[in-house]
Amino acid sequence: MIIGAGIVGSTVARELSKYDLRTVVVEREVDVAFGSPTKANTGIIHAGYDDKPGTLRAQHCVRGNALWHDIVMEVNAPFRATGSLVVAFDDEDLRTLRDLKSRGGQNHVPGLEIVEDRRRLSEFEPNLSTGAVAALRAPTAAVTIPYELAIAMMESAMQNGVEMSLRTEVTGVDARNGEVQGVKTSNGEIDTRYVVNAAGLWADEISAMAGAGHFRIHPRKGEYFVLDRKVGEVVRHVVFPTPTPVSKGIVVAPTVEDNVLIGPNAQNIEDKEDTTTTAAGLAEVLEGAVRLVPCLSDMKRATITNFSGLRPEPDTGDFIIESTEDPKGFVNAAGMRSPALTSAPSIALRVVEMLGALGLELKRKSAFDPRRKPIRKPLHEPSTDRAQEFMRTNPAYGHVVCRCEHVTEGEVLEAIRRGASTMDGIKFRTRAGMGRCQGGFCTPHVLRILASELGVEVEEITKRGRDSKLLRCKTKGLLARGDHNE
Amino acid sequence: MNEDVDVAIVGAGAAGLAAAVRAKETGAERVVVIDRNSELGGILPQCIHTGFGLHYFQENLTGPEYVTRFIEKAKELGVQVKTDTMVLNVQPDRSLLTANSREGLVRMKPRALVLAMGCRERARGAIGIPGSRPAGIFTAGTAQRLMDVEGYMPGSKIVILGSGDVGMIMARRFSLEGAKVEAVVEMLPYPGGLPRNVVQCLEDFGIPLLLRHTVTSILGRDRVSGVVIAGLDENGTPMPGTQRALDCDTLILSVGLIPENELSEGAGLQMDQATGGPVVDERMQTSADGIFACGNVVHVHDLVDHVTETGIKAGEGAALFAMGRLPPLTSRIPVVPSSGIRYVVPQVVSGDNAVTLFLRVKSPVRNARLSVGNFTVPVRVARPAETVAVKLTEGRIRALAKGKEIPVSLEVTS
Repeated sequence: MIIGAGIVGSTVARELSKYDLRTVVVEREVDVAFGSPTKANTGIIHAGYDDKPGTLRAQHCVRGNALWHDIVMEVNAPFRATGSLVVAFDDEDLRTLRDLKSRGGQNHVPGLEIVEDRRRLSEFEPNLSTGAVAALRAPTAAVTIPYELAIAMMESAMQNGVEMSLRTEVTGVDARNGEVQGVKTSNGEIDTRYVVNAAGLWADEISAMAGAGHFRIHPRKGEYFVLDRKVGEVVRHVVFPTPTPVSKGIVVAPTVEDNVLIGPNAQNIEDKEDTTTTAAGLAEVLEGAVRLVPCLSDMKRATITNFSGLRPEPDTGDFIIESTEDPKGFVNAAGMRSPALTSAPSIALRVVEMLGALGLELKRKSAFDPRRKPIRKPLHEPSTDRAQEFMRTNPAYGHVVCRCEHVTEGEVLEAIRRGASTMDGIKFRTRAGMGRCQGGFCTPHVLRILASELGVEVEEITKRGRDSKLLRCKTKGLLARGDHNE
Repeated sequence: MNEDVDVAIVGAGAAGLAAAVRAKETGAERVVVIDRNSELGGILPQCIHTGFGLHYFQENLTGPEYVTRFIEKAKELGVQVKTDTMVLNVQPDRSLLTANSREGLVRMKPRALVLAMGCRERARGAIGIPGSRPAGIFTAGTAQRLMDVEGYMPGSKIVILGSGDVGMIMARRFSLEGAKVEAVVEMLPYPGGLPRNVVQCLEDFGIPLLLRHTVTSILGRDRVSGVVIAGLDENGTPMPGTQRALDCDTLILSVGLIPENELSEGAGLQMDQATGGPVVDERMQTSADGIFACGNVVHVHDLVDHVTETGIKAGEGAALFAMGRLPPLTSRIPVVPSSGIRYVVPQVVSGDNAVTLFLRVKSPVRNARLSVGNFTVPVRVARPAETVAVKLTEGRIRALAKGKEIPVSLEVTS
């Protein structure tokens, strides 16, 4: 059993779906990738020069990067090989770049080079600050869309037999005689001898339930801006400042969908659900980004949205990937802050090894199908003939419901068929509502389609589960109830 | 896939329908109106309040009543309509690609094209309100559609940010539905919409209008539980010590409208940064031959009656162009907004035809003098919320168009 349907849980689930096993993923949210760390991060597949050689972070990051390059092809997930630049502004920064490069060498990161030629720098990044003196270029860095990647991995896992139980909160781990016997959840007890804890921000609490409470996870908040793709190509690479000991810094990154993503800052907080943004935080983010790419100062008006995400920062200083001594049968994949997204496939391999060592019988499934089909997006098809063909076979693919991102009713219906049950679930799978009007036009359409497909009243539809209903009642409902305030 | 069309019109709102009717009346044979919605009328079917048609029909109509007159006229004249159809792109040569569920993708090259896509609302991200991101944040127009077309109440305890007309009208609408409107919050020192709406929508319902205030944070994890508001100083910066929380379950944003010009930009039309719309001449023709624009796609109007008038012009121009009977303009003289003026439409005139200039002032003024070239008119009161119309006779514009450009400026006289 896997606890948590974030990027790590989903990737472990897919790895386990290659074997003849009964695998269940439990997730307390209403959908895959709804937890803050997976939903709201920078989406960078890091090259792997940042982390100290010998750490789990360094080891899994470099291997994870290589693995993703193949997996994203299999599961048809968004991926763009951008490469990255770490920018130096003075000699001290340049010394740090040299350290990073040598670190990268020890970590076996391919293709690293320090670019000091100003002309080459501006060829790479025409909008880069003229104050930049050099940059460390990492060709293997890339960007993805983290929630879409997690959804793709879970779909692939489920296609290969993994079961998922949403809105299921773990309330206890049943460990007797030093071995895991089962897991208590809000939907009853599940018998299992093997548990993988991929509970993100709550991994410490879950581990403590099993009697292995030797670490703590602290939320560290990062705030972001997303810019309209109208601003054009601002950067080609993921552009980092020279890192400080605490953070990789505020980056300017192109997204797979041609937007520009700016962020994150880093702020240690207490509340694991506090994903609010602040005016001061957002100003800090903009300032950091403008230092790298000055023309961004004119682009604040092109902001589509701001958001923040929480990184699960462990107090141990490294990933916690371990098979606990007591109880046996409990594997932690915890402390999954950056570069966890990059590392996930490598971590998944390690977790499966650990489960094998615990006695789980790992018999390869001959029927494993690595390929997962993406949702068809006819209006994003380069070939109009193919788009026309989609529309002929299913007319709903001709009906546009999201004008900004050109999403059709067919895509919304397909997203629901694949498990979306909320507005955010639709948004994460199709991008309906993610564009410049932020759902102004498509919200009524998507509400209606969701209600009709799920067989519920429109008022029951939520933004993202729990108490996030969009509507209160039918019109005249307040008057009829007499609960208005006059 | 290619259809023989004289005039194609993108958008079946007030502007597009007026253009279609006029194109037919002018003699164009095949006139097609394309709209992405299922119903005709654009935003008007959801505007169930009155105040429409006072100028054009000299009657006080609701939005649905106003637009029904044009829908009926269009049907009577044999205008073809394509609803539930999205225009995906427009090429500089006027060809366009459309998608719908009946025909899939269709490419069309009309002899003339009218762009009448209207405008969209500025969303939360564009104004960057920090805080949480719960359910219960709607733009005013979306809330209006949910209530008055779909039949659902988005919330019961409301704060409205922005005192534009839609925001104020929604304040009244929520009150009539039994919801409590805690406040309408406006960043500027004066209301954003028409004075009649301040009286009829806020004062009559006892809804507080908090000028020089803004929402500085949104509260609530799953659903909005409140907002933090603050007073603003001269520079529009929140003043320390003025912050206070207002309980509510819904935040309505009425923070501006943006002409919807992705198609115009894609077609490479010359754009005006101040209006957010394409540059047009007195016949509403854009920088591309045979492509006309009208209504809120050109600039955001405050009265639908004016939108209709621009639609009539564009429809007439497009029909004449399609029939090869639109005489070329003898010259193209830029009309240039100068001190005190945010923008002027049309941006280009020839001097061949009488023209009405629509302009917006930068800030509220009293007792001022408006100059159009060497022609001046007194202006008693002007507010940014209301466009000022200046009618120029054929003789006057011909004289003004003799120079290289026509500067338009505003000067306070007392």
